[in-house]
Amino acid sequence: MERIEFISKSPYDTWDIGEQIGKQAKRGDLFIIYGELGSGKTQLVKGIARGIGVADWQYVVSPSFTIINIYEGNHSLCHVDLYRLEPHEVIDINVEEFLNESVVVVEWAERGKWWNGAIKIFIDSTGEMERKITMEVEDVSRAEIWRHISKKYREN
Amino acid sequence: MIVLGIDTSCDDTSIALLEDGKKVLRSLISSQVDLHRPFGGIVPEIASRKHVELIDYIYEKILIDTHIKASDIDGVGVTNGPGLIGSILVGLSFAKGLALSLRKPLIPVNHIHAHAMSIFLENEVQFPFIALVVSGGHTIILLVKEIFEYKILGTTRDDAAGEAFDKIAKFLNIGYPGGSIIEEYSKKGIKDYVFFPRPMINEENYDFSFSGLKTSLINYIKNNIVTNDNLKDILSSFQEAAFDVLTFKTIKASKDYNIKTIVVGGGVASNLRLREMFLEKGKKEGIRVFFSSPQFCTDNGAMIALVAFFGLKRGIPSSLDVKGFSRMPLGELVI
Repeated sequence: MERIEFISKSPYDTWDIGEQIGKQAKRGDLFIIYGELGSGKTQLVKGIARGIGVADWQYVVSPSFTIINIYEGNHSLCHVDLYRLEPHEVIDINVEEFLNESVVVVEWAERGKWWNGAIKIFIDSTGEMERKITMEVEDVSRAEIWRHISKKYREN
Repeated sequence: MIVLGIDTSCDDTSIALLEDGKKVLRSLISSQVDLHRPFGGIVPEIASRKHVELIDYIYEKILIDTHIKASDIDGVGVTNGPGLIGSILVGLSFAKGLALSLRKPLIPVNHIHAHAMSIFLENEVQFPFIALVVSGGHTIILLVKEIFEYKILGTTRDDAAGEAFDKIAKFLNIGYPGGSIIEEYSKKGIKDYVFFPRPMINEENYDFSFSGLKTSLINYIKNNIVTNDNLKDILSSFQEAAFDVLTFKTIKASKDYNIKTIVVGGGVASNLRLREMFLEKGKKEGIRVFFSSPQFCTDNGAMIALVAFFGLKRGIPSSLDVKGFSRMPLGELVI
């Protein structure tokens, strides 16, 4: 497993980083996002959506209420939010069935159980605005692409 | 004319019977009904299964309570979006089955449109008007030109206003639903104890953002000492910031379009401080502001029946091919 770190200095950076992640996303990818309230999960997904080619006029909003939102870009983006769910209810969503058709991004991933192939993204608040965004990727060759991109978003 | 209205756009199953577009014969909402069954009121779940279990029961109960026979129903109105798609399909399928068996028209109703129109259950308002629909799932400004002619002027870019309130309340562990709890705290609080940002207030559009405001409050809580004493002040300042933006942008739309009537609907419209701010600011601008009563602010079947009634009167064609949708299409809508 490869670990890749990005440092975001602002919500705009988080959006950019998401876009870079989204540009390399493929149909069948499952991104599961961990991060506390206000860490910028939806902001990151807005970026991923843009990277996938979802037009900006399609506002990517928090799916906490609707649980699943689907957007059309170069691939479909299935945006899932488990915030309101109990763990036993997560099974009912059957996220897997969307993977044939789309890129799937899950917020509040700690509420569910996932298989090893999922790409994990952790967002940690390291300051009022600053966030450390860590990806955990199984596929080494794909990890290399993101690692290369992440150099731009490293401290120093 | 008796119209049945069904709404299953989120967690609650709501059904109502409306007579002649005015008289609500009965309006039932699953969370408010004593079902003598072990369904928790507030625990959200993948609601579709719950709707399946409840919808028939609530429909039968309404007929029994009102002594109306199914054959007396002249039309069936149902929410076909926006909302949680699985839940919407339950209501829509039930309504299609009912309309087919009763041989009566089926009228699909847009949930947001119904919130904007719910004022007509109790009041007469002149067209055109600006409507703000603000709830746990939506924050939308509409320009309503005619009963079936409306345009979305703006919407939230991230969280709905009510969602931000619910999430903050959960974060602080002070209970659910967040809106009414924060309202209670705020009543005793100092409104300008903390200055929270008013996101997007100066942008030349009618969109909102509440996610950043939520993050500001979380940052404040992390960086400051919160006591039982100042929590009410912090929450009051938060509520004030959110409502400042809601009122400012809605009134801006009203001024820009030179429309002197505003209608506010959706669950958050029950909040008394929001009402007070709208009335105060509206008065200064010579704008009349109307609110539905709390029972019709929250999701309900009566508003769906109302729009269906208008549709029947206008002769909107009934079709069983209606599809459900989850997200609100932006832009102009004319039916």
